Formats: sequence, C-alpha cells, structure tokens
Amino acid sequence: MNDTYAVPAVALVVVATVFVGAFGLRISRTTSDFYVASRTVGPRLNAAAISGEYLSAASFLGIAGLVLVQGPDMLWYPVGYTAGYLVLLLFVAAPLRRSGAYTLPDFAEARLASKTVRRLAGAFVVGVGWLYLLPQLQGAGLTLNVLTDAPEWVGGVIVAVVVSATVAAGGMRSITFVQAFQYWLKLTALLVPALFLVLAWQGDGAPRHAFDEPARFREQRVVRVDESLDLKLASPLTVTASGTIDGRRYEDRRVDLPTGTHRVEQGTRLTFTKGDTVPVADRGSNGGMSTSLAAGREERPLYATYGLILATFLGTMGLPHVVVRFYTSPHGVAARRTTVVVLGLIGAFYLLPPLYGALGRLYAPELTLTGDADAAVLLLPDRMIGGLGGDLLGALVAGGAFAAFLSTASGLTMAVAGVLTQDVLPSRGVRHFRLGTVLAMAVPLAASVLVGGLPVADAVGLAFAVSASSFCPLLVLGIWWRRLTPPGAAAGMLVGGGSALLAVAATMAGFPGTGALHALLAWPALWSVPLGFLTMVLVSLATPGKVPAETASILARFHLPEELVGGQSRAASKEIELWRR
Amino acid sequence: MPHDPTERRVVVTGPPRRARRGPGFHRPRTEIDEQTTLGHTYVRSLMRSQLRAALAVFAVLVLLVAPLPLVFAAMPDGAGLEWAVLGFGVYPPLVLLARRHVRRAERNEQDLVRLVEDR
Repeated sequence: MNDTYAVPAVALVVVATVFVGAFGLRISRTTSDFYVASRTVGPRLNAAAISGEYLSAASFLGIAGLVLVQGPDMLWYPVGYTAGYLVLLLFVAAPLRRSGAYTLPDFAEARLASKTVRRLAGAFVVGVGWLYLLPQLQGAGLTLNVLTDAPEWVGGVIVAVVVSATVAAGGMRSITFVQAFQYWLKLTALLVPALFLVLAWQGDGAPRHAFDEPARFREQRVVRVDESLDLKLASPLTVTASGTIDGRRYEDRRVDLPTGTHRVEQGTRLTFTKGDTVPVADRGSNGGMSTSLAAGREERPLYATYGLILATFLGTMGLPHVVVRFYTSPHGVAARRTTVVVLGLIGAFYLLPPLYGALGRLYAPELTLTGDADAAVLLLPDRMIGGLGGDLLGALVAGGAFAAFLSTASGLTMAVAGVLTQDVLPSRGVRHFRLGTVLAMAVPLAASVLVGGLPVADAVGLAFAVSASSFCPLLVLGIWWRRLTPPGAAAGMLVGGGSALLAVAATMAGFPGTGALHALLAWPALWSVPLGFLTMVLVSLATPGKVPAETASILARFHLPEELVGGQSRAASKEIELWRR
Repeated sequence: MPHDPTERRVVVTGPPRRARRGPGFHRPRTEIDEQTTLGHTYVRSLMRSQLRAALAVFAVLVLLVAPLPLVFAAMPDGAGLEWAVLGFGVYPPLVLLARRHVRRAERNEQDLVRLVEDR
C-alpha cells in the first residue's frame, strides 16, 4: 500500500491528540480536576467522549475483517456492543452515578462497606483492563505494519508512549476533549471514504452478490499465502499454483484440488479465476483480529451466537473505562440522557463497518486467505478507487484507525491507573496517579511485545465474558437487591468471573480440542453469567447476618433523585422540567 | 486513608456518608432523610416502579433479539435478511427503547418529588 499520505495522516492524528491533551492540561489544576473533570461535562460532550473511547480497534478494523472472513453472523458483535449500553441504561446508569463511585471498586465498597470486596473488584478491573489494552496495542502494530512494513511492535510502542503522556499530563479533562474529538474523527474517517466507495460500487454496476454465501472471486486474482494454512474445500477447485500444496511443489501449474482439506505452505501463490468460490482458510489462532475461536463456532454456531450475545449485552456495563465515564456526568438524570446519546452515536458509527465488510467480500475476498483480513478497511480505498483519491482516502482511514487505538487505550489506561493509584500504590495525589499511569500501560505493552500473536478477538471477547460474569451480577444485584452481602458478592465475582477466565484461558491454551465441552469453554458467558448470579444470590441468602447496616440508606441514595437527597443538583430538577415541556 | 494535609483539595473516592445540604434547603423531605417507615415506603415504591420500567424494556429487548439467531438459522435464504436486520434494522429500535425508558424513569422520579413536596 502506498504510504506517502498514510504516514503523515497517522502522525497528524498523534500530534493532534497530544495538542488537544495539552490544551486540557492548562485548565486542569487540582487533583479533583484530574479525576473527574470537576463533574462539569455536559451530556453531549460526555456522550461523544464515551463513544470515542468505546469504539476501539476491534470496532474500527476488526468487525469489517470478521464479516469479510466469517460472514454476517459476525454482525452480532456491533449489535451487542450497542445493545450493551441499553442494558446499562436500564439497570445501572443513574444509580451508578448517584452512588458517587468513580470506579467499580469504589462502587463495591460504597455498597457493601467491605475492603475485601473492593480489592477483589480492583483485581478484576485491572485484569479486564489489561486484557482489553493488549488488542489495542497489537492493532496499532498491525496497522503500521500494513502501512509501512515497520516491525509489529513499533505501533504498540507509539500508542503506549502517546497515551501514557497524555493521560499522565492532563488527566480526565484532557481525556474528555480528546475522546470527543476522536469520536468525530473516527466517524469522518469511515464515513467519507464509505461515500466514495459506494459511488465507486455504483459506477461498477452495483454488483449485489456481496451477500451470497459463499463469497466468489469476481475477477482473476493472484493470492500470496503469507502464512501456511489449511484450505477447506466444500467442492472441487482448480487453481494455478506456484509453491507447495499438500507437500508437492508446483511451478505455475493448473492443479485440481478435490473436496477436503489441503495444506498450503507459506509463500505459495494461488491464481483464482473469475467465479471461483473463495475457499475457507483454517489457520487456528494466528494473531489477526478476525481470527476468532472459529472451531467452536463451526461446531455449535447457535450456542456460540447466543454466548456472544449474552457476553456483549451484559458485559458492557462492567468495562472499567465505561464506568469511569459516568462519574463525569453532573447527576443521575444527565447520566441517563448521556447514555441515550451514546446509543445514537455508536449506533450510527456501526452502520459503517458492515458496509466495509460487504464491499470487502466483493472486492478483496482473497484477504481471507492472506491472514490480513483486518486490513480490509485500510486497503479498500486503494483497491476500489486507486490513484491519488484512493491514497488520500486510505490516509484518512489510517488516521482514523490510529485515533481508535489512542482513544480506547487512553480510557482503559485512565481506569486501570485510577485503580492502581487508589488501591495498590501507597498514597494519593497527582504524582502517584502519574506513576499508576506508567504502570497501567507498561504491563500490557510488555505482554504485547512478548506474547505477540495472541488472537485479538479472543482477548476482547474474553474481556466481555469476564466482565459479564463478575461485574454484571455485582452491579445489578448491588443496585436492585437489598439482601446482597459482602461474602455473597465476593463469592459470586470469584465463581462467575473466575470460571469464565479459566474457561477461555483453557481454550486458548488448546485444552480439549473438539466436542461440546470445547464449545462450552470457548463461549463461557452462557453458563458463567447465570453461575455468577446464582452464587451471589445463594451465598448472600446463606449469610443474612452480614447484610451491611446502612443498606437501606445507601439504596435510597442510589435511587432517589438528587433534589430529594441534597443541594448538589437543584439545577437538575429545573432541567427536567424544561425538558419535559 | 492517609492524605497530605498541606494539599488544598483532595480526592473523595468514597461516597459522602451524609448528603450535603445547600443553603436553600427545605424541610419537607425529612421522612426520606431520616429513614422513617414512611421514607422507606417512598424509596421502596420508587425502586419497584423503576425496576418494573427497566424489566419491561428488557423484556421487549429479549423478545426482539432472542428469536433472531433461530430465525436466521431456520430460513433457507437467511443471509440477506441477516445483513439487513443486523447491519441496519436493529439500531433504531434500540435508540427508541432507550428514549422511552428515560422518559418513563424521569416521570417516576418526578412523581415521587411531587408527592413528597406537595404533602
């Protein structure tokens, strides 16, 4: 890909992020400014910031790649990412804001008055945050690798340094501006090229077979296989091959491949002719954002789909960077309205990645074989439009992708650093927050450099499943159930979240290869979420004496409108009156 | 929780145990403040109505979403429908449900405020 414009575009995004962050620094003075932007962030700005923070590498590149490789079933990812906010709005948004909790551990302590539960929640926040940071850094590496052939670790290091500097220097206020700015940047970066791509598609006679199963080549296409893979053929296929297939060397020869699985070695060139079915590549886990726990999916597609739905619908409320954002709303009413705006903003954004996925199936189907399906969004402008226009649009997309890595990584770093500063490091204050920031980023950076090819979609899916099985029961029962006890909450989080964590860790490590057990472990949410809820309820009922003494007044504060509780938001009731008219 | 006394402002991470009261604070809300039986009743009834509102919307969401994978799997030619529904069709209902719920939840709260203040 031509990088004449893409590299300056990425550089511009990085510089703009630092600049906007520095602007925030000038008005960020005290410790409380740092943490909560003094709670003066309005719903629209806050909603744009939440959305900017939420739309990560997985959303910007991963969904189009997943749809390209695995078809429309993968559209459940963006639907789940969005619907998660509706569930959050229904059960959590306003009471969470009124609880005054800044982080999930704060919430746990405020509700249950227990240091143990607080520490346990803190451990899960740091774990989920690090799991979620890892794919951001790897995505950045992949993008720079596709654009410039730079080594994979370079992009991760750039993102880590910029994010640590911005977060440590400006804290929350600058992050709010940065995130809001990056939502609009990301939307523009996908929307403008999408308009041109649709025009190009229409100029091409508007071919409609993007929705056909399976995908087909629409013109002769040469594919170079970068990593050895197993091709699964549902019907016989004739290709021209240079390289090694099933252990035999071919030099530019026509090869007839019967139905079944064929081993294609690294470096092989395959030439497909027009109308050929795009074969399915099975490469296990190779580190792309689009390679998921595919084996489990093939064996139990319905079970897997429902597992995905449950994890994303219920997991969103427990993501550490999402919860922190609600504290910046001035009151519970604003928190609710912010969530509605967020739903609109991310819903609008998610109309775009499927479009890229569909166009990718038409114009770049061979990406399923090369292992670079995540690059579909980056490559399409060049492929469909070409010339200077294609280069410029490609540069815009690349800039947007980098904005995605920067913003999500900022929010996660902020959340993890908050927990580390409060619960791990000895004392509080700005300097320790900066130390926490460095620590929050150093661990996943080291992991991404060391581990390298961890499947990104799995890491994100794992984060959602763990969050849904540990924090969702804690939040929902903590807000709506009077008889929750500290031992119950601790046991529920440990059993639910812990078993989800173990299940996916076992799958990633390659433990039981096939069968129903494999599907159960690869998509744990369907059993681990009920398990978490059940444990929390049963253990709480078994320890009725441990119900915190102040439960009644705490729940009153969670649910009563601020005007009935005290001074802080007389303005809120006026606002409600104005809005209702 | 140790903190440096020379620092002018510090972070308050835990919730204030006692709600702060502004200068123009009236008294008619004593029932709720002082956790009398009547105050309990107010809070319980608000929680119940809010939970009912939330569960109603959640039920609609479940009814809307849960059958979809089965429908797509059962239809012989489900891919086109799946693209249309998941790529575009589900988002407007989600936003509408959210808007409805916010109105309902705010109305519940305002009803309680009016009840307490008009007594």
